[in-house]
Amino acid sequence: MTDLTKLTLSEARDALHKGDISSVEITQAHISAINEAKELNCFIEVTSDKAMDMAKAADETIKSGNAKGMTGIPIGMKDLYCTKGVHSQTCSHILDGFKPEYESTVSQNLWDDGAVMLGKTNMDEFAMGSSNENSYYGPVKNPWRAKGSDKNTVPGGSSGGSSAAVAADIAIATTGTDTGGSIRQPASFTGLVGLKPTYGRCSRWGMIAFASSLDQAGTLTKTVRDAAIMMESMAGYDPKDSTSTNIAVPNYEAALNGDIRGLKVGIPSEYRVDGMPEEIENLWKQGKEWLKSAGAEIVDISLPHTKYALPTYYIVAPAECSSNLARYDGVKYGLRVTGDSLDDMYKKTRAAGFGDEVKRRILIGTYVLSAGYYDAYYLKAQKIRTLIANDFKTAYQKCDVILTPTAPSAAFNLGEKVSDPLAMYLNDVFTVPASLAGLPGISVPAGLSAEGLPLGLQLIGQAFGEEQLLNVADVLEGAASFNYKPTKWWGE
Amino acid sequence: MTKLYPGATGDWEAVIGLEIHAQVISEAKLFSSSATTFGAEPNTQVSFVCSAQPGMLPVINEECVRQAVRTGLAMGCEINLRSIFDRKNYFYADLPQGYQISQFKDPIVGEGEIAIELSDGSTKIIGVERLHLEQDAGKSMHDQHPTMTYVDLNRSGVALMEIVSKPDMSTPEEAAEYFKKIRSLVRYARTCDGNMDQGSMRADVNVSVRRPGEELGTRTETKNVNSIRYVMQVVESEIRRQIDLIEDGGTVDQETRLFEVATGTTRTMRSKEEAHDYRYFPDPDLLPLEFSQEFVDELAAEMPELADAKKERFIADLHITPYNASVLVAEKENADYFETLLAVTVDKTGKPVSELGKLVSNWITSDLFGALKKLGKTISENPVSVENAAELLNLQVEGTISGRIAKEVFENMLESGKSPETIVDEKGLKQVSDTGAIEAMIDEILSVNADKVEEYRGGKDKLYGFFVGQVMKQTGGKANPQVVNQLLKPKLDG
Repeated sequence: MTDLTKLTLSEARDALHKGDISSVEITQAHISAINEAKELNCFIEVTSDKAMDMAKAADETIKSGNAKGMTGIPIGMKDLYCTKGVHSQTCSHILDGFKPEYESTVSQNLWDDGAVMLGKTNMDEFAMGSSNENSYYGPVKNPWRAKGSDKNTVPGGSSGGSSAAVAADIAIATTGTDTGGSIRQPASFTGLVGLKPTYGRCSRWGMIAFASSLDQAGTLTKTVRDAAIMMESMAGYDPKDSTSTNIAVPNYEAALNGDIRGLKVGIPSEYRVDGMPEEIENLWKQGKEWLKSAGAEIVDISLPHTKYALPTYYIVAPAECSSNLARYDGVKYGLRVTGDSLDDMYKKTRAAGFGDEVKRRILIGTYVLSAGYYDAYYLKAQKIRTLIANDFKTAYQKCDVILTPTAPSAAFNLGEKVSDPLAMYLNDVFTVPASLAGLPGISVPAGLSAEGLPLGLQLIGQAFGEEQLLNVADVLEGAASFNYKPTKWWGE
Repeated sequence: MTKLYPGATGDWEAVIGLEIHAQVISEAKLFSSSATTFGAEPNTQVSFVCSAQPGMLPVINEECVRQAVRTGLAMGCEINLRSIFDRKNYFYADLPQGYQISQFKDPIVGEGEIAIELSDGSTKIIGVERLHLEQDAGKSMHDQHPTMTYVDLNRSGVALMEIVSKPDMSTPEEAAEYFKKIRSLVRYARTCDGNMDQGSMRADVNVSVRRPGEELGTRTETKNVNSIRYVMQVVESEIRRQIDLIEDGGTVDQETRLFEVATGTTRTMRSKEEAHDYRYFPDPDLLPLEFSQEFVDELAAEMPELADAKKERFIADLHITPYNASVLVAEKENADYFETLLAVTVDKTGKPVSELGKLVSNWITSDLFGALKKLGKTISENPVSVENAAELLNLQVEGTISGRIAKEVFENMLESGKSPETIVDEKGLKQVSDTGAIEAMIDEILSVNADKVEEYRGGKDKLYGFFVGQVMKQTGGKANPQVVNQLLKPKLDG
């Protein structure tokens, strides 16, 4: 039998449906792989018993002929999702011991379709970070290392545990969350497909909030087809989330018809940064050629406010986070450090409970919302956000999808940027504009850097245009035929 | 003419504004499905949302929106078809989210005007600035443990309407009348029960003083004043305190103050320096609240009859005096009682409402209210049933007892709880209308008092009352006065 952990989600689904393999087998194989890959630190909690129970139930469903795309598929859930009775702490010390009494809508949708939970994946605390070095549970190691190097690289962030887990074949797929690039950048760093759908496509109910107007659930998978299958299960209107949109969820997999003839692909001239390696520029050009060869028309477009996107994001997101994280005060759940007074307890609890990056953003956010600064920062940022969204609207009058690099670099070494927050923030420079505009984006593995590390290309779609976006991504994926795997160095 | 307050250095005038917090009548909270019943065991009406569990999201309760619109309509205010929920950020143990969801720049209800009636008979228009929806906080209980504070989240997330007046009031009386009027309006609209002792309604009282015609002075805000009398005391004491302070060379600090019931005065709660920076911003978990004009129109069409319309109807259709109408409609319960009693009395007597309105309204506003006042009871605690009250009025209408006897019977009803018929029977209070008996009595009285008859006939008209009095004396007050008049007059006049 082939190694069950090497299967893609769609391959596993087909094999499960045919009865060639069972969910119990494939789940067991992944749990063993997780145990072998502990040093990667992808999972901060492994729910083996639960997984086996769910796998058994899934096998029953398959036998009864009621299997769906996700039935019996073992996946990892980012720790940001509330999963009933299970560790759900966004990898923050402040939520110590917190196990919710409820199940997030997205995870419930997956379980309803028969998916199997392997456990909770590591992440940057409260989804704030681009390298997964901000976790209370320690950094995640990227399975990928530069050619001939034994130095560890970062798996990207904030969904670093989720990306590393799939890249290391210890989960068939994982959920991530993307606020400014937290799915797409890790996907690029680990040679995976990372899909962030349109804001409002997935319910945020039960997702621990970082920045409410930006947070969106998404997938980290081995292929575009896998992303299509998994997103169809996760997405949907939820009356419990006022910002979710009441539009029926299409059959995304059916949209993968391989035909992009006549489709207009926009290339924005502004997606370049100083010091961006030439190999990324070249890969982008290569991506253009691939799509052109497949019959698409390449259109030059302009997104003139792109350069303001990152500063805008770093006002809007911290502002919302400063308010969203006020509830972690030691009163109701999680960590409490006692003090002489209520204020003293607040101070001690929050000082001990939040990491440096979270504190930095709470401070920035508090500042930009303060009397006297609100107009200059928050209000102005909101106005620019509108301009950025309008840039895309204008561009989509000329094109159907937009092609850009996903990140300005390949995975960097662990510890390399920890002390330079601004350099770290630059990781999101190409992913943040779509987030601010609420648009769907997908990172597709497209090549290797000179050092042998994966590089991704990003496609940005129109609002609720996931079908078209996935179809183009599928074509791009086929053309790039990225068949590389990291050389296994862990678990020896 | 704005009332002036004399100080040692000249006259002052006061500028008063009220922010009234009125708890919305609704089954569920503003953004969660938890119940809102008053007096439940602590922390039994708490959902994941109103305890701010991680990842929980607010969803607007549409009934609360309808209630806010109804209240806006009742106050004659502009209704905003698009409004925005903002977060008001501050830390406190009974504020689980770390912010209160409120409406800051774009409230659901805009400007309007309220007419208040003052004791000198004049009417004053008070502007309403806005009404917005917001969440209530929980309750901190400091008296349950020697070193700890307990928190009850039952109230956390309950919907409040904050009704903000313009600074159009200038006396304690105006502030009290405005507060009363708002309370009456929300009770008529059935959007708030107005129970101040349960905290369903409370006011933040803003007061400043200035020299007549000059710029506004610095104001203070006294929080959570929960009775009309206290509002008056706050205004009274703040005006005095501020005038004295300024005249002694001091300045008024813009600060938040607390009312102390024991002394009837206020004290500093938070100075301006300690004031929160609430960092308001639009709540990203909620979309702007939008509804159509049709939605508003439908609510307007279904609105219950409000006090002013009721008053007009009482005067026009029921022929009751404007004074009685005002008294009756001031409290919805009184107006409701009046209409119920009137309907039952119509049933009993078979007479039309237009004939009975005056009798019933007079009886309620003088006899009943007088009795209740003596007993220290409200209309809902009225010891006399509607049935018995209607019977009492019926006995009067059909001539069985006179108005005077009716008062006596009513007093007896209050004491004994017996029905009016029983009392009339037991005490033999039935009015004598037997013309033969009364005529014989009159003849006898006239013959015994022949000298007085002469005097009367000689022009001393005032003696007429004497003869009536004699008849009443002999019948124990039971003679039908009309019959007495009909018989006595022609005999005396010869």
